[in-house]
Amino acid sequence: MSAKKKATDERRVALDSSITNEGLDPKRRRLLVGGMSAVGGLGVGALGVSMLASMSPSARAKAAGAPVEADISKLSPGQLLTVEWRGKPVWIVRRTEQALQSLNSVASQLSDPDSQEDMQPVYAQNETRAIKPEYLVVVGICTHLGCSPTYRPEIAAPDLGSDWEGGFFCPCHGSKFDYAGRVYAGVPAPTNLEVPPYQYLDDNRILIGVDQEAAA
Amino acid sequence: MMSALFKPMKKMIGKGALVAMVSGAVLMASQSTGVFAAGGGFPLETPRIDTSNKKSLQRGAKAYVNYCMGCHTADYHRYSRLASDLGLDEDDVVNNLIFTTDKAGEISKVGSLMASTMTTDYGRQAFGVVPPNLALTARSRGEDWIYTYLKSFYRDDSRGGVGVNNLVYPGAAMPHVLWEQQGWQEPVYEGEGDEKHFVEFKQVTEGTMTPEQYDGLITDITAFLSYLADPIKQTRHRIGMFVMFFLLVLTGIAYLLKKEYWKDVV
Amino acid sequence: MSKENTGGGLMGWIDARLPVTAALEKHVTKYYAPKNFNFWYYFGALSLMVLIIQIVTGIFLTMNYKPDGDLAFKSVEYIMRDVNFGWLIRYMHSTGASLFFVVVYLHMFRALLYGSYKKPRELLWIFGMLIYVCLMAEAFMGYLLPWGQMSYWGAQVIISLFGAIPFGIGDAVTLWLKGDYIVSDATLNRFFALHVIAVPLVLIGLVVAHILALHEVGSNNPDGIEIKANKAADGIPKDGIPFHPYYTVKDLFGACVFFLVFFAIVFFAPEMGGYFLEHANFVPADPLKTPEHIAPVWYFTPFYAILRAVPDKLMGVMAMGAAILVLFFLPWIDRNPVRSIRYRSLAYKVLLFSFAIAFIVLGYYGMQAPTPTGTFISRLCALIYFGFFIGLFFISKAEKNKPLPERLT
Repeated sequence: MSAKKKATDERRVALDSSITNEGLDPKRRRLLVGGMSAVGGLGVGALGVSMLASMSPSARAKAAGAPVEADISKLSPGQLLTVEWRGKPVWIVRRTEQALQSLNSVASQLSDPDSQEDMQPVYAQNETRAIKPEYLVVVGICTHLGCSPTYRPEIAAPDLGSDWEGGFFCPCHGSKFDYAGRVYAGVPAPTNLEVPPYQYLDDNRILIGVDQEAAA
Repeated sequence: MMSALFKPMKKMIGKGALVAMVSGAVLMASQSTGVFAAGGGFPLETPRIDTSNKKSLQRGAKAYVNYCMGCHTADYHRYSRLASDLGLDEDDVVNNLIFTTDKAGEISKVGSLMASTMTTDYGRQAFGVVPPNLALTARSRGEDWIYTYLKSFYRDDSRGGVGVNNLVYPGAAMPHVLWEQQGWQEPVYEGEGDEKHFVEFKQVTEGTMTPEQYDGLITDITAFLSYLADPIKQTRHRIGMFVMFFLLVLTGIAYLLKKEYWKDVV
Repeated sequence: MSKENTGGGLMGWIDARLPVTAALEKHVTKYYAPKNFNFWYYFGALSLMVLIIQIVTGIFLTMNYKPDGDLAFKSVEYIMRDVNFGWLIRYMHSTGASLFFVVVYLHMFRALLYGSYKKPRELLWIFGMLIYVCLMAEAFMGYLLPWGQMSYWGAQVIISLFGAIPFGIGDAVTLWLKGDYIVSDATLNRFFALHVIAVPLVLIGLVVAHILALHEVGSNNPDGIEIKANKAADGIPKDGIPFHPYYTVKDLFGACVFFLVFFAIVFFAPEMGGYFLEHANFVPADPLKTPEHIAPVWYFTPFYAILRAVPDKLMGVMAMGAAILVLFFLPWIDRNPVRSIRYRSLAYKVLLFSFAIAFIVLGYYGMQAPTPTGTFISRLCALIYFGFFIGLFFISKAEKNKPLPERLT
């Protein structure tokens, strides 16, 4: 032991430094550095993910965002009912015959008349953007910058032009939507209004927040 | 002499010994749940509480919402969490465990907190104190305290109002809610004056339960309160085992890496 | 440092404007540290690491915590139950607080063992002491935030200490600190502000100063001799090795072992038997009801025991303050030029050893309810505590040292 220590001492004096690369094995060193980085990175990553996960909706937010039921039995033709779901207004409109007909006549003025953009569940990707044509269900938030548009059923409203056939108008930046929540061409809003997942519990009750298929 | 003590210290406090020392301390701390200040110094019983026994927790939850929650809120915890942790269906919880109502007077939603319907004003008026939130009692008082407390009620006519006292918590404002199950008992003392000490409880009237059944009931309640105080415990231990294993591997690599680089140093 | 290294490329462009490469070389790759660091030298790097853990977990806690007398306790339970991984973040923060003091106490004891506070490292030591005082303030204010019974009454007791200042100033100061007639929502809110912004800013500034001062004078080592006294022809200390990679890999290993302990506590014993999270703190703060037994968290108890050992309010507070203050003057109290305990007299070893024991015993009795025996032992240990400094002042001039080695052993 002491002979070894003496040898080391002599070597150190000869070297004039405490560092030598005599026993260097670059391959092993690279392997260990790589292993340490990979495994350590995994640990740091896992910790980072759990920290960031704390920023996603908590159990409280999820409970508050639970599906809501709406009773549509008292809704008369042309009337709009607002329901709060996840803090956002969801509109249920009982469309009149005239309103349903207007969907065809305004189609040429719309930017996405066939609902190509993914703004609705597949079961609402149809001409009326609804499960039952009579009832429209949309999230009442303008797809432009998040204002809530107003319901403008009056035909040829003076401020909206003589060809206005009824729909929604966003007072913030002037975006216009038809009776199916489809956006007009040439307005700031880029896409149609969002149709939330929903299903009919029975003829008079709609459950907003759960997809039709999921419940079936 | 002293230098002999310090020099080999760096070897003595070798990595292995240190890790063993610290992990021993952690192990001790993780198991020492019994070291609480026990109110009047009444000796506490040490029941076997198993919070991994879901059947026991379910029975405890049932008893809690039936007997305790009328007065004692637990509004840090959600029914929905209770359902998933205890292996219950949310519908089962709605149908069997939710007796409380929300502000609008409707039955509480499954995602809502386990809040008692009793108002604090009413509690203060009826009992002189607001019945405490029990969600954390297992962490502040301990399991043994809760168990022994539920076992130590006796009739005490010297106390007006409730007419009941408790040896674990003398002067408690709480009535004996489970008297029908336990029946009434009275303490037997020996000696006089300063020598006077408690010996045992004597059953005075029969309850609907045998003493063994009653012990089972309060074991379940205690287990449930223990779960309620630290609901993440089982998950935490499970993740913890994985993390420990991971860190051992990482420490191994770090040790080899250090050895490799320090070959350079003479 | 050297201009030759500032070549072309992106690094060259940056270096011409901000000396990043030079700074890295000065503080990491060409910072030469003595090669004989032992076990005790892990704790500096570990302290820095715990500071980072505390800052990061603290940021995430702040996102969900509510500094409001009516909401604080409940918001902590909200974090523990409703927030995804909130329990992990909270336990990391609470465990980190206690382990911060573990590593800092060991780091400080290292300085006592090897005389790291002596010339030319006096300022380094003072920065370190300031960090320690800041850390105590940070921990104390952080402990109020969960708004449990211990938080509340602990704060009440500590703030009342200021009431010992005579001439009516004390009462005015305590009132001003609380911002109310009792510890209340106002107190909680300001402690929150100080805990998350003010003190951490000062703390980070001091840590930077501490490290800059260290790198200016160079690290001490277990032999207590200067490695700079022995330089090779190229100006590099013969017994020095570059901090990176040698001490980075070594500290990495130390960090792994630390994490084993840290996460063992976080996952298996977050309350640490009531020492890290006190049982009474699971009861919401109640200004009308004092818990049966109030004890500060373990890291304050040595000083709390000194406070209680003195049977007079003002004197007790002064003794407690003096116990911390006297440490600042250590570089001038210890007049022996030899740094390391390895080459000092038996008398010093006995003194330091009894000081360490007294500190631990004080810590133990600071946690217990007062008893006559406890008070007696606390007094004895308080005397030993101060006796260390007085004894040191006198023996250090006349110590019989052992011969110092030429080079590191």
